[in-house]
Amino acid sequence: MNFTRAKSALLAAALAGSISLPMVPAMAQEDTIKVGILHSLSGTMAISETTLKDTMLFLIEQQNAKGGVLGKQLEPVVVDIASDWPLAAELARQLIEVDDVDVVFGCWTSVCRKSVLPVFEELNSLLFYPVQYEGEESQRNVFYTGASPNQQAIPAVDYLAEEEGVERWVLAGTDYVYPQTTNKILEQYLLDKGVAKEDIMINYTPFGHSDWQTIVSDIKAFGSEGKKTAVVSTINGDANVPFYRELGNQGIKAEDIPVVAFSVGEEELSGFDTTPLVGHLAAWNYFMSVDTPENEAFIADWQKFIGSDTRVTNDPMEAHMIGFNLWVKAVEAAGSTEADAVIDSIVGLETPNLTGGVAKMLPNHHITKPVLIGEIQDDGQFFVVWETEDLVPGDAWSDYLPESKMLEADWTAPINCGNYNTETKTCGGAAQ
Amino acid sequence: MLTHLLRLALLTLSLLLPSQIARAQDAAVDIPAQIAAMGEASLKELTQIVVELASTGDNGVVPVLTALADGNLYLDEASGRVVIQNGSTITDPLTGEAVDLGAEADLSRIRVNNGLRRDISAALSGMTLMSDNPATRLAAAQGFLSKPDAANLPLLDEAIAAETDANVRGAMQAARAVTILTSEDASIEDKNAAVPQVVAGAGRNAITILTGALADAPDEVKPTIEAAIAGLEQGRAVWGALQNVWFGVSLGSVLLLAAIGLAITFGVMGVINMAHGEMVMLGAYTTFLVQLVIRQNFPGLLDYSLLIALPVAFLVTGAIGVGIERGIIRWLYGRPLETLLATWGLSLILQQTVRSIFGPTNQMVIAPTWMSGSTDFFGLAITYNRFWIVIFALIVFFMLLLILNRTPLGLQMRAVTQNRRMASAMGIRTPFVDAMTFGLGSGIAGLAGVALTQIDNISPNLGQNYIIDSFMVVVFGGVGNLWGTFVGALTLGVANKFLEPYAGAVLGKILILVLIILFIQRRPRGLFALKGRAIEQ
Repeated sequence: MNFTRAKSALLAAALAGSISLPMVPAMAQEDTIKVGILHSLSGTMAISETTLKDTMLFLIEQQNAKGGVLGKQLEPVVVDIASDWPLAAELARQLIEVDDVDVVFGCWTSVCRKSVLPVFEELNSLLFYPVQYEGEESQRNVFYTGASPNQQAIPAVDYLAEEEGVERWVLAGTDYVYPQTTNKILEQYLLDKGVAKEDIMINYTPFGHSDWQTIVSDIKAFGSEGKKTAVVSTINGDANVPFYRELGNQGIKAEDIPVVAFSVGEEELSGFDTTPLVGHLAAWNYFMSVDTPENEAFIADWQKFIGSDTRVTNDPMEAHMIGFNLWVKAVEAAGSTEADAVIDSIVGLETPNLTGGVAKMLPNHHITKPVLIGEIQDDGQFFVVWETEDLVPGDAWSDYLPESKMLEADWTAPINCGNYNTETKTCGGAAQ
Repeated sequence: MLTHLLRLALLTLSLLLPSQIARAQDAAVDIPAQIAAMGEASLKELTQIVVELASTGDNGVVPVLTALADGNLYLDEASGRVVIQNGSTITDPLTGEAVDLGAEADLSRIRVNNGLRRDISAALSGMTLMSDNPATRLAAAQGFLSKPDAANLPLLDEAIAAETDANVRGAMQAARAVTILTSEDASIEDKNAAVPQVVAGAGRNAITILTGALADAPDEVKPTIEAAIAGLEQGRAVWGALQNVWFGVSLGSVLLLAAIGLAITFGVMGVINMAHGEMVMLGAYTTFLVQLVIRQNFPGLLDYSLLIALPVAFLVTGAIGVGIERGIIRWLYGRPLETLLATWGLSLILQQTVRSIFGPTNQMVIAPTWMSGSTDFFGLAITYNRFWIVIFALIVFFMLLLILNRTPLGLQMRAVTQNRRMASAMGIRTPFVDAMTFGLGSGIAGLAGVALTQIDNISPNLGQNYIIDSFMVVVFGGVGNLWGTFVGALTLGVANKFLEPYAGAVLGKILILVLIILFIQRRPRGLFALKGRAIEQ
């Protein structure tokens, strides 16, 4: 016991010591605004998060070229949380207390966000979180620039039911908080829509699951009952490749049983041959293939920055871009980088997104987004087959769960509360 | 896979070419205009165009529809022309002649979705049912099977009468039976007679089709359908159990491959090698590199790249293994805790090195055509990649047995393991044997890496997923006994697969761990314990 603790402390110290040195030391202290970047650059999540670190460096470089913020240059401070969540909390504290950053962009998994939340609350700093998540949360110091379930999962299910005529549902996910909560919301939503209980199959697998034979053959059997069946997948990153490969090998085609995924984007697909996947779906708020001038310019600049014309862009990158631009606007509006001033000024601010719409920061610290459904093509890109007509405002507390449908989040006066109960008119969550 | 598809599309194209040119002239007014309109059409308009093209019944539209469904139909934004692109050749969709678009060509793919793809395959079925190619006819019959329409009955009857291939005729008859079953006009007798034909010809889809038909069937036909479904379900239950055994064997073979190298280094030498998983990972990356070289220089050999990668991966990881043994492990013999820490550190170093060189994202190894897809073995669905991995695991296992029991190196290995000082006194160079043994174990891990490229991600974390399972198998089977590893891996695989349907993948894995803990409590030396004095030391 003592041994392992000593070991992990040692490791943490070594990691913190070696990696958290600011990557761009450059200018004199008082002339810069420091921006913390809190992503995993090693470990399991490195596959997704390394790109986000690069995105932030890219955005900061662009902003500095435009003259910085409030006349000061921005200085990135990069730390590596090494896919280790207790370490994430330590490094968040270090960023705020030791490195003295004014804002932090970071985290990918929900468990990372949950680990660092208390630190941001205690030290009253700002976190911009760029990934789609399960909702059921709103915190004063956190801005959620990824999709909440009503901006991704619910529209995707609507699309399948209406356009593809799906009547039987497989909810397959990795066994952790995001899929569990999302599937809970989806199950309730489907039951409310009149889908029978036996037409819903829920299945969880461990992280990095690689043997999908049984589950895929179960899905096949479940889909052979004469009703159109679809799989709603909240399977996380690494396990997706063997999953899709098994689907292809067992001869399940997208025309028969389509799979709509919430965690598979361009970055994940860049690792494999997508021919067997053509026609399977993903729901996001941004695709690299979206044809707008803003997106074209963003991709060109990004590929120039990273020095490769094969690098893809994806949804969380757009979320970081939106979050960063909103923060810059809020700082300029407030004339200060103080957390309280930014929190007050950011609500209601707008910035263009890359799909031709406008992202607006809402009082619940979520933003407005379009919802796009794309089909996977054999070049690893998505072809948008459906999109919402209007922007969808992010909902912190799901309206489909009985325990949260009376809750609202509003961080403006006079409510100023993350879980305001509209029935009892009090702050503090559901009445017990 | 892609090239395979392209080849198929090309084949269809070339087969249809003569008739297509002849007929294209008949309806020349309509079809070119429609095809030209495809370039800028929205999804809804495309659907409309597909329906109109199909309604001409002209074989000339088959290539353009096939290309559209396969994603080979392009719009040249510069000239506004719609063309078919196969690899580097660009052809006109109607005449099939090569087209030179010049330097300004800016091709953008005309994209389709699932619904449109379904419509196209239904439309194509009608036109390709009389094709000269049996595979095309089979695909057409299967298209009818999934989208039955009473209007197609005369066409099917005609095709069945002319059909010479028994396999294709079976599929056509099933399609005809399904059409009758779902049509409103067919008589009760016809419908009752159609049910057994569906059962016989529709293969694994029979239950789906019958269940679908049951809801709309007249009351007189319902008992027949229900009986047929009950019969199929019963058959499926039996085959389902066998299928589970196969899944278990296949999972077991993966465990065996991953663990067998460890059975040498940990089981025979007693070295707790935490970097074993990274040897597997390096084997997978070697495969990736070998395939990259082959793809760039010898594209014709792509299908054999895995076979070529096998010896390369063995030598590369074997050499690294020898290096590790000489550089690190030999200084730590007899100090298991330090060995564990050192190899664990080494595994982190190897992971980060690979991540720095190749990047954190997954790499791609294309599956050779002989490892893609699946086959029906009576009621069993057997995927080729799993099948070959089972065979490969068996070959590796028996080769290893042969090396240990029948070669001088194997004899020396066993001698050194059983009594190092005595072996040394007999003139065996024990340091050399140690290095070779460790190299052999690592090389076999590399072979496992080659096989794993076909079922798992090639990422720096690949090895992490297998290290725990590997130790579990070796400890469960009995340290120092290859047969123990063999039986252990298969037992764990099958047990896992039988628990999974009932307990779910997560709980199943936990249950397996608990069972192993209980088992080790009762038999600390595993399934096949080594006996003798050497063990007591």
